[in-house]
Amino acid sequence: MTTVEAATPIVPDFGDDAADRKIAFICSKGNLDMAYPALIMASGALGEGVETHIFFTFWGMDMINKDTVDNLQFTMLGNTAMHMPGSEKHLPQGLGGLPGMTGFATRMLKKQIADLDVPEVPEFLTMLHDMGAHLWACQMSVDMMGLDKDDLIDEVEDIINVSEFIEVSDGAQIIFV
Amino acid sequence: MTVTAIASKEVHVDDEGFLTEYDEWDEKLAVELARNIGIDEMTDAHRATINFLRSDYAEQGTTATLRRVSTVGQIPTKQLFALFPKKPAKKMAYVAGLPKPVGCV
Repeated sequence: MTTVEAATPIVPDFGDDAADRKIAFICSKGNLDMAYPALIMASGALGEGVETHIFFTFWGMDMINKDTVDNLQFTMLGNTAMHMPGSEKHLPQGLGGLPGMTGFATRMLKKQIADLDVPEVPEFLTMLHDMGAHLWACQMSVDMMGLDKDDLIDEVEDIINVSEFIEVSDGAQIIFV
Repeated sequence: MTVTAIASKEVHVDDEGFLTEYDEWDEKLAVELARNIGIDEMTDAHRATINFLRSDYAEQGTTATLRRVSTVGQIPTKQLFALFPKKPAKKMAYVAGLPKPVGCV
C-alpha cells in the first residue's frame, strides 16, 4: 500500500460556514407507508444541520392527531406494485380486500421497520422535535376535521394557514408527500 | 491511504480526514480533533459521548447513528446537538476517530 504524506492536516469540511439551507416537507397522507418517507428524509436533513419544517395537511393530519397517530395502517389496496417482502412474487392487490389483510400487512411493515431500528411514528416525531424540526398543522384541515390544538401531539408548534406556511418556508426546498 | 499530522502525531486518514485506524486514536488526539472542527473545550459530556461511540464501534463494527447513541447510549438527542452543533453524527464520529455512520436514522 502506498502512503501519501499530507503537507497540511486534512480536516473534514462540515460546511459550518456554508449558507444556511432550509427544507420543508408537506405530509398529506395518513397511511403508514406514506408517513415514513418524509420522517426519514427530515431526520437526515436535521442531522446535516439543515433547518427543517414539516407541514401536515389533509390525511397527513392523522400523523399528528393523538387519536390516530398510534394506529396508522398499511393497506395492499391501491398498491399495484404489491409483493411480499424479500420476494418478487406479485400479489394481486385485490387480496387486500380480504378481512384481516390490512392488519396483517400493517404488522408486517411495522416489524420490518423495527428490524432496522427505525422508531414508530409517534416516537419518530418526538425524535425529530428534539432534533429541532418545526412541525406545523394545517388550519383548514383542523377546521374541516373539527380539531383543536389539544387534539394534536405536543410536538406540533402551531396551527397555521397556507399563507403562513408559505412565509415560514421562504427559501426552502419543498417536498410534497 | 493518507498520513496526516495532528498534534504532531502521524495518523492515517481517508480523503475527507476521518481516521481510518481505530488504534491510532487516544484522548489527547481527540482534544485536537475537536479543536480542528471548532469545539474548543472537551467537557465530560463530550468525553462520555465519544467513549460510548468507541466502545459501541468495537462491539458492532459500525459507527452508531444518532438514534443509537440516544437509545442505547442513553444520551439525549438534544444534548448531542448542543455538544456537536449542526452535524452531530459526523462530528462525533470524527472526534472519536471513527468512520462516518452509514445508517439513515
